[in-house]
Order: sequence, then C-alpha cells, then structure tokens
Amino acid sequence: MKAGIVSYGAYIPRYRIAPKTIGAVWGNDGEAMGRNLNIRAKSVPGPDEDVITISVEAARACMAKVSIEPTDIGAIYVGSESHPYAVKPTATIVAEAIGATPVLTAADFEFACKAGTAAIQTTMGLTISKMMKYGMAVGADTSQGAPGDALEYSASAGGAALLVGTDHVAAEINHTVSYTTDTPDFWRREGQRYPSHGGRFTGEPAYFKHVVSCAQLLFKRAGSQPQDYDYAVFHQPNGKFPVRAAKQLGFKDAQVDTGLCVRDIGNTYSGAIMVGLSAILDEAEPGDRIFAVGYGSGAGSDGFDITVTDAISKLRRDATPTVKRMIETHEFIDYATYAKFRGKILLREA
Amino acid sequence: MTQAIPRFWREIQSRYNLVGSKCGSCGKVDFPPRAVCPDCGRKSIGKMQSFKLCGKGTVVTYTTIYDAPSQFDMQKPYVMAIVEMDEGVRLTTQLINVKPEDVKIGMKVQATFRKLGQDGEAGVIHYGYKFRPAGS
Ligand SMILES: [Zn+2]
Repeated sequence: MKAGIVSYGAYIPRYRIAPKTIGAVWGNDGEAMGRNLNIRAKSVPGPDEDVITISVEAARACMAKVSIEPTDIGAIYVGSESHPYAVKPTATIVAEAIGATPVLTAADFEFACKAGTAAIQTTMGLTISKMMKYGMAVGADTSQGAPGDALEYSASAGGAALLVGTDHVAAEINHTVSYTTDTPDFWRREGQRYPSHGGRFTGEPAYFKHVVSCAQLLFKRAGSQPQDYDYAVFHQPNGKFPVRAAKQLGFKDAQVDTGLCVRDIGNTYSGAIMVGLSAILDEAEPGDRIFAVGYGSGAGSDGFDITVTDAISKLRRDATPTVKRMIETHEFIDYATYAKFRGKILLREA
Repeated sequence: MTQAIPRFWREIQSRYNLVGSKCGSCGKVDFPPRAVCPDCGRKSIGKMQSFKLCGKGTVVTYTTIYDAPSQFDMQKPYVMAIVEMDEGVRLTTQLINVKPEDVKIGMKVQATFRKLGQDGEAGVIHYGYKFRPAGS
C-alpha cells in the first residue's frame, strides 16, 4: 500500500520588500545582491502574522479543497524554526482552528528547513500502518536574517500544509529516501534572536552534497531518470542553489520553473519546498510525475518521487487562491515599515 | 494579566472558528454564543445548539483608529468595522489587507486568522478572527 497527498494548501503573506530597498539601508548594491541570489522580492509577514497564523491559513486552504471531516485527522505535525513559543505547540492551535480536536496526536517538528518534509514522512508511516486515516504535515516559517547580513535579502515568510493518507490520494508518493549527516552549516542557539551560518560552508559540503546525494539515491530507488519527470522541486534558500543542483542532476529549466517560487517570495525555510510543491499541484494533471528533494541545515535531505492521480481533478483547487495568485497579490513596503513589522525597532514595554 | 487566560480559553471556539449559537425553537443565530435565546427566553432552554458561521459578511459601518492602545502601535492607523454576517448576526472586528481610504460600507469581507494580541513578551499570545476583503 502507498500513501500520498490527499490535499494541499499554501499561504504567502501579502507584503514584499525588494533587495534594492534592503541594500539602500546598508550601503550595499541590493539590486546586484538580488540578481546574484536570483531573488526579485521576498515576502514579509504583517505585524499580526506568525508561524501559527500562517500554518492555520495553509491548513484551512488544504481542508477547503476536500470534503473530509477534520476529526478524521489523527495527527498534526508542524515543522518550523520560528515557532512563536519556545514551549507550547503550534500544532494544537492549528488542530483547534481546523476543528480536528480533541482525538488526535500533535507535535511541533524542528530540522531547519526540512522539518515539514520530515512531517510528511512521519504521517506516511502512520497512515500506511493504519494507525490513523489521515495525517497533516505543515511546514511554515517567518525567519529573520540579522539586519545587514546576507540572509536578510532572502529570509521570508510562508508555509504549506499537506493532508497525507491512503484514501482519496491525489498524488501518490511512490518512494521516499533521506540522506542525513552531522554538518554545522547553519544554526541558532536557544535565546538567540538571529541565526548564524558558516558562510561559504553552506554551499558545497552542505546544500549540494545532501541534495545531490539524496536525489541520486531517489533515482536509484525509483529506477528513474530526470527525463521521466514533468516537474522537479528542491529546497530553495535562494534562486541560485536549486537551479544549479537541478542542472547538475540533469534536469531542464522547464521542469524546475513552476516550483521555483523563491524568485518572487524569497526563502520561506520550512515552507519553501512545500510551497513549491503546492504551486506544482495547482496546475498538475493526472499522470504527471514530480521529483522533490528538500534540505535542512544541520544537515539532511528528504526526497520524494510522486505521481499525480486522477483524483486531483476532484480536488476543489479553486476554493482558495493558488500559489501563483498569492505571488501576484502583493504590496511592496519600505525598509522602515519592514523593520516595524518585523519587530526590529525597540519599543517601550507595552 | 494572567487572569485573562481562562476567559480567552473559554472563547477559543468562537474566536478561532466563529462558533455562535442557534436557537432550536425560533432559529435565531447569536454570536458570541448565548445560553438562552433573547427572543424565546425560557422556551429555548435545552434547545440551544452551537452553530458555526460561514465566515462571509458585509461591512455595515467602520471607523479608523489613529490613537491606538500601545499593543496596536505597529498597526495604526487601522480599521475597526461592524460586519453583518451572511447568517444575519453582527460582530465587531478589525479589517486587514485594506487601506482605511479604500474601505466601503457594503463591502464583502471574509474571516481570516490572525494574532490579536499578547500579554507582554513573556505572556500568552491570543489568536482569533479578523476580516479581509473577500477574494483578497
Ligand atoms: Zn429563539
């Protein structure tokens, strides 16, 4: 028996800031920075948005596409590195807000940018083993780069939720493999506001080694080649890394284009590959095959070989805005507004 | 501030999911939920059901807040509106994703999930509904 994606939903905040606007504040050529990262804009959460509200919006968009009782969901796992509480789960609030409580299990996951894909694998196991009918895996983040740091040009906000199960499967997960090592390329210590990273160390020994190794394992497991897929999507910390990894693996630009949302919204961390996958599912047709490899610093990659089924045409894909529509619905803000929204301005205690 | 926790906790169903009440005797919908129907009184006792609003409504009237409590400094100026839900019941809510000058009476709006406030940096965070223009 195979598990798969029963439904999906994404959410992207409407505010945007351009690399040029960020660069102007720090005396850098932001436009060149944006070109170099292949990022035109990044999403910014409103002052009343956080990982909990983004997860709820994504989970509701996911449930709006199907006529499944929320109480049939046996597990909700939310992957993020920016949970609003250090102690108190995001997942319980999501469960309550979609009406899935009280008979379910819930937890928050953390594995840098791949906590959401780890949640997909967990819910696959729980549903294949018949412990429950459906599980929900959410990946969402509102990550911040330290002001002036290179990460500030890419760290953005967004998320997606996948309903996973073995019935009414709209996209079957044929294979999943992971590749994990202890690699300190990016981290944030408890109590620290902004993350730290290993600079150039984040590229070859971290992102590329894990993504490419995991992808090659997945080809081997599935007995497939790049040309067997209609779409390919990778973790996208910027618009450059996934394009280079795809090329190295033998994929063509046309296969990567649909899921490469980072160019317009920046790096949504745990949300990134799941938002990209949602953009693909928004337009995929029965029989389409998708190759997906995520990445989380620390470090590891989860890979998925997916085939879209006839059931995708039964999903109410127009019930909520598509990823493309959410990318188009935006409002650009200046750096001062961005600093205010992101709590970068010190205030008198309320 | 912590004495507010039980009250917020009791109101989670109405704040998160717009759950009101419906009178089993006359069919009147109330939000927030009531234990007794204001029209039927004693006749409604034991007949009140919980009832989830669909989340869609129309702006009846609104006002722009320029002088906000310090918790809402980040959002001002912002719009507070009275919205008539499709089920007929009215509620007061913040309107988001729209500039004050673009708000119109009669505008179609829909519920969304947002952070409402928090009990300081170390306290509980409160979540619930706000409204945005329909289709935005
Ligand atoms: Zn009544």
